[in-house]
Amino acid sequence: MDQLSQIYKGISVLEITYIIASVLFILGLKMLSHPLTARRGNILAAFGMGFAIIATILFHRKDGEPIGNIPWIIAAIIAGTIIGWVIAKKVKMTAMPQLVSFFNGMGGAAAALISMMEFPHVSPQLIAEQGMSNGHILAILLGLMIGTVSWAGSMIAYGKLDGWIGDLRIKWMKYVNMTILAVLIAFIVFIMTRDVSSAGEITYLIYIMFGVAVLYGVLFVMPIGGADMPVVISLLNSFTGVAAAMGGFLYNNQAMLTGGILVGSAGTILTILMCRAMNRSLLNVIVGVFGGGGQAAGAVAGSIREITLSDAAVLLSYSKKVVIVPGYGLAVAQAQHICHELDKLLEEKGVEVRYAIHPVAGRMPGHMNVLLAEADVPYEQLIESDEINPDLPNTDVLVVIGANDVVNPAAEDDPSSPIYGMPIVRAREARNIIVMKRGMGKGYAAIENMLFFNDKTRMLFGDAKSTLQNLVNEVKNL
Amino acid sequence: MENILIFFLEHREAIFIVILSIFLGIEVISHVPAILHTPLMSGANAIHGVVIIGAIIVMGHADTTGSMILGFLAVVLGTLNVVGGFVVTDRMLEMFKKKK
Repeated sequence: MDQLSQIYKGISVLEITYIIASVLFILGLKMLSHPLTARRGNILAAFGMGFAIIATILFHRKDGEPIGNIPWIIAAIIAGTIIGWVIAKKVKMTAMPQLVSFFNGMGGAAAALISMMEFPHVSPQLIAEQGMSNGHILAILLGLMIGTVSWAGSMIAYGKLDGWIGDLRIKWMKYVNMTILAVLIAFIVFIMTRDVSSAGEITYLIYIMFGVAVLYGVLFVMPIGGADMPVVISLLNSFTGVAAAMGGFLYNNQAMLTGGILVGSAGTILTILMCRAMNRSLLNVIVGVFGGGGQAAGAVAGSIREITLSDAAVLLSYSKKVVIVPGYGLAVAQAQHICHELDKLLEEKGVEVRYAIHPVAGRMPGHMNVLLAEADVPYEQLIESDEINPDLPNTDVLVVIGANDVVNPAAEDDPSSPIYGMPIVRAREARNIIVMKRGMGKGYAAIENMLFFNDKTRMLFGDAKSTLQNLVNEVKNL
Repeated sequence: MENILIFFLEHREAIFIVILSIFLGIEVISHVPAILHTPLMSGANAIHGVVIIGAIIVMGHADTTGSMILGFLAVVLGTLNVVGGFVVTDRMLEMFKKKK
């Protein structure tokens, strides 16, 4: 009796901890959506997770059985912690998006593994009572499917952002994908209508289904252009959330349920917000052909004119208002610090310097803000493109650093352009435009940019970092 | 069909939680400024690492060598998701210090 009450106490502690963890997840997420509280929110959520993990190891009971293999579990947690910590700390800030994708994939893989291991162990009693078509099996199969797709898709997204996987665009691809999706659903139906006495008899079906899900995850992400990867990662992020929630159903575990669903719904909304920032629908991102082929959009009128460093330095130093439009090129060249040095130098000379941040500048919404914040650029200087656009006609010099698509006027002029309709920084309205670029290569969307041929535009070719460094020296010497 | 209804009945609390959580997730996120999209996504990414609890349960009841190995792998991957997710998010947010 005494032992029994001991067990009840343990379970109560466990459930209370899960409630606390859920509350901390919600609070954490809420605080994450405000700049001042974001960091504390993240730590709060991490504490919630820590509590839930410790309580599970100590107090979880399955049919009265406590958690076994504890040394191994702890060893696995330590191994995961060390690897995760080192990767998270070592990777450069520019590689953040693919890192998020990588970790997301790990979560998806964990969910898939859980399903694979639980399937043969579904209680024969349940199957005897209800057959294979019960909620338990459904949760396992959905967890497997969603988790696997999320894992495979995230790995492809990771590879694309890291630049070692290219795009694969074939017109009939979407039909292939739809077929594979149908096959996956058919698998679920097929497995759930089998007449067996134990799920273990048809475990091989699970492995085949896993293979098909991997294929789907890969082919789902393959045709999507690199510029759309953030949206895809966000979508896969919410997938993993749903996969985790399936585990919540499986184990009747409230922490997994709230945590998973919360991320699932928040992730979906975030995905939609990101799409909206690019003025495109989610469906368009998934089946659309962004940046396909880069059709020759008419003859290029005008010519490219270069500017010398010293002319650029003079132009900038004697301006009243300067706006900098940073892009991924700046991030790749790690030029954010030297860029900030330039802006401080100009501010000392009485020039008003601001940054125009396009919602998808960099590789992810908010990515550019993170990178500039890293270089200590004050918050107040970062202006969203919608806000700064009306003021651009009064801007003396607009400096585009390593950005391309986000200043491409084709988004407003050319209905046939793949980026038509995307909100842009209206760079051409500024009085003078200086474009720093590595070469005449096209942007991520692989389309010609008429801004470079504009009469007011002067080009400054070279690596963003060294060009900026030289420019800073020139300005200092004035 | 009947089984699905039984499942519904047995899990009505869970379904309640799911529906409320969906609304909560939407509500919590919908007013986030664009600059926080990336950290928020990363933070949410860490939170779904809660799947590690399932991995611990599986591992805790593994009896064969095969399931031990898979369980071990699941716990490692889950931990990677949790630790990596929170650390990366913190690293991003560290940079949003207030102006000195």
